[in-house]
Amino acid sequence: MTADPILQVTGLTKHFGAVRAADDLTFSVKRGEIHALIGPNGAGKSTTIGQLSGEIRPDGGRVAFNGRDITRMPTYRRARKGLQRSYQITSLFPEFTAEDNVAMAIQSQQGHSFRFWTRARRDRALRLPAREALRRVGLEDMANLKVTELAHGQQRQLELAMTLATEPSMLLLDEPMAGMGRRETQGMMEILRSLKGDVAILLVEHDMDVVFALADVVSVLVKGSVQMTGTPDEVRDDTEVRRAYLGDG
Amino acid sequence: MPRRKTFVHAIGLLIMLALPLAADAAGEPFLTTVASRVLIYALVAVSLDLILGFGAMVSFGHGAFFGIGAFVVGILTHHSYEATAIAFLPGDWTGTTAALIQWPLAMVIAGLFALVIGAMCLRTSGVYFIMITLAFAQMLYYFMTSLPTYGGQDGLNLWERSTLPLLDMYDDTQFYYVTCALLLAFMALARRIVGSRFGMVLRGCKQNETRMKALGFPVYRYKLAAFVIAGMGAGLAGALAANHTEFVGPGLMHWTRSGEIMVMVILGGMGTIFGPVLGAATLLMMEETLSGFTEHWMVFLGPFLVFVVLFARKGLYGWLVGREADDDG
Repeated sequence: MTADPILQVTGLTKHFGAVRAADDLTFSVKRGEIHALIGPNGAGKSTTIGQLSGEIRPDGGRVAFNGRDITRMPTYRRARKGLQRSYQITSLFPEFTAEDNVAMAIQSQQGHSFRFWTRARRDRALRLPAREALRRVGLEDMANLKVTELAHGQQRQLELAMTLATEPSMLLLDEPMAGMGRRETQGMMEILRSLKGDVAILLVEHDMDVVFALADVVSVLVKGSVQMTGTPDEVRDDTEVRRAYLGDG
Repeated sequence: MPRRKTFVHAIGLLIMLALPLAADAAGEPFLTTVASRVLIYALVAVSLDLILGFGAMVSFGHGAFFGIGAFVVGILTHHSYEATAIAFLPGDWTGTTAALIQWPLAMVIAGLFALVIGAMCLRTSGVYFIMITLAFAQMLYYFMTSLPTYGGQDGLNLWERSTLPLLDMYDDTQFYYVTCALLLAFMALARRIVGSRFGMVLRGCKQNETRMKALGFPVYRYKLAAFVIAGMGAGLAGALAANHTEFVGPGLMHWTRSGEIMVMVILGGMGTIFGPVLGAATLLMMEETLSGFTEHWMVFLGPFLVFVVLFARKGLYGWLVGREADDDG
């Protein structure tokens, strides 16, 4: 593990009318660490994820990934470079089976898809790793079910399986536990913990128990800029943060 | 195992192959000509469904490529008949009536137009995409209307049908089987495409384009490639249509024609390979029978279309094969 950050955000700015979703936002994420981004509603967490993944154009500032400026790079090229995101609202292919969904993610990593003849559903180069990825998140029995037949928590797991199948070096996770039951949350935490050290994760999450249990570093976002960054313990004990966000004091 | 689907496909194939024989046996040989028209429209409908049903690209200008295919045949035959050179081409090629040159050329030129038009239209999506494809088709329509060299508004008569070695295109039964073979070949190709990696990308874009981009797919290129393939299919259908009616006019490119093709796809079942054939047959049969009673036959088509859209998922095809309509067309 090298000391230089995998992701460096400098002076990121984004305005929606009078609303400042990102205001001179600066922070960095080190290789293999889980960096949590917390903050009250409307602090700009999802907008930040969107700007890092390339779906939202920033007004100003710079995003560097692996030392390369990616501020203006389109989404699909960031994804190819190993920067993957998941969505707050489940974003899958509803007409496909669970296995099709993961196979699609794997296909995105295997060069171009201008292959018009061989049947993709019988392609072992796609199907075997797809089954493996499903096993990793505990969905192997659901491989042939359609997405619409899966429970919400299972859809979230599928979402993660797809993201992992692309073997990213960094994940942008937007509330991966949203709408999950207690047991599903536990399962998801196990998976994320197992990634620590291999994959850098920027985690946006409302559940503070999850954040404090998983994160190596926590940044508190208020009105589009970082109010403080520290270890989970430091953030928990900070009175400013308690007043602004955690709601007591 | 997909029993019902196989059964429906087998019946459909049987009807297609046996139709001219049945028509002759029934003493109604003109039915073969009518059926040829159905197959030609089925071909253009299948090609549209490739982008509309599988790629969610609602092109309202597919008639343009159909018309281009027809005009390629019309123009080549026109020059061949008059023994005049084609303008803007190097040398003095006076055209040809050979189908083996005309038809591939119709596909290539329709494909090139699709490449240019698609490259611009696919920068947009949703309603804008519908309107801009419509606009391009209407532009071509007015262009051909105001081009007196090739008949302008009146169109061109095709003085001679395309010539194929060993076959007589003036024989209705042979014409039918040539059309049938080309349609089946295109359907087989479409089916392979839809199930291939390329097809999966196309279907992924239909379901969730944002996610496709997030996964790292440059979706624009894939959609453009599909648009070109669809345009080439329509071009081939146009070449056949020119031969069928022995006439080529700008009416083939008019937006009402594009709408008709779209209705065939929706009626038969979007996102299926077989459905558009069913849709083309149903629509043209309704036209054939109902227009005998009243010229306002569309009065009946309207409610029928609404009924199908509301109650039959995947159109008439979905109604025939039930739940099995889902995978791989």
